[in-house]
Amino acid sequence: MTIGTLVFGVAFIVALGSAIAMLFARNAVHVALFLVAVQVALALTFLLQGAFFVAAVQIIIYAGAIMVLFLFVVMLLGVDRSEALVEPLPFQRPLALGLGALLAAGILYLAAAGIDAASTITGDGSGALLALNRDPGNVLALARVLFSRYLLPFEATSALLVAAIVGVMVLARRVGSISAVPRISPAEEREVA
Amino acid sequence: MTEVAPSYFLVLAALLFSIGVVGALTRRNAIVIFMFIELMLNAVNLVFVTFSRMWGNLDGQVLVFFVLVVAAAEAVVGLAIILLITRRRESANVDDAHLLRW
Repeated sequence: MTIGTLVFGVAFIVALGSAIAMLFARNAVHVALFLVAVQVALALTFLLQGAFFVAAVQIIIYAGAIMVLFLFVVMLLGVDRSEALVEPLPFQRPLALGLGALLAAGILYLAAAGIDAASTITGDGSGALLALNRDPGNVLALARVLFSRYLLPFEATSALLVAAIVGVMVLARRVGSISAVPRISPAEEREVA
Repeated sequence: MTEVAPSYFLVLAALLFSIGVVGALTRRNAIVIFMFIELMLNAVNLVFVTFSRMWGNLDGQVLVFFVLVVAAAEAVVGLAIILLITRRRESANVDDAHLLRW
């Protein structure tokens, strides 16, 4: 057993264990923290497969920026708010579990069949990727692909981001509420109390 | 490069995706449902990176960037909508927002 196998085993156990813990965590903050653990373990598997830049981006953007946004909203809405335990549909939980298990079995079967088919054609192309990572380097090779073959989708994502920003600003604006609701100063609040 | 076969990574991705589906179906808090959707996107990212390694080129790793951008935009807009619903209804429970249900 080599060090790579060992690292993969750790990442596998941490990712799977944290994902299962997400299912059973009651508190939304705990779910977010377990999700961060899953993402760090996945970054480890990216590193193992030679995707160095993607692993760094996974940590910085996913585990950093996006999860901070989630935690920010959780804190804004109130942490101590507990989830309702009343189930309107009593059969939904076992049904979801059964269908999820079915889905997992289906994906695993398809993956096994696909790998069998792929191994006869190409096999493992990690040698080519290793050469790419060594000669121009992972970041440079990635930039060449991104800014040549995928230039149009790349520009389209900038339009998507601008649309998202404008949409969120429209959603978050409270129309006329600042002038309509009178603000109470701390002195007046004490007076009322 | 690791000597661990690509199929093990795909198995991990399939299990994570299925857990994400089960979580999104069973949980009631809208923010928690969103986190399970992020888990599914992460599983798909792992599949992309694994396929990039199997084919020996970088297209899969480029696709991870696009998934990341779409996930960021989706999270921002979705969380703003959840915030608005919660401001009006005092709860993030998805069962409370049933005005459009038959």
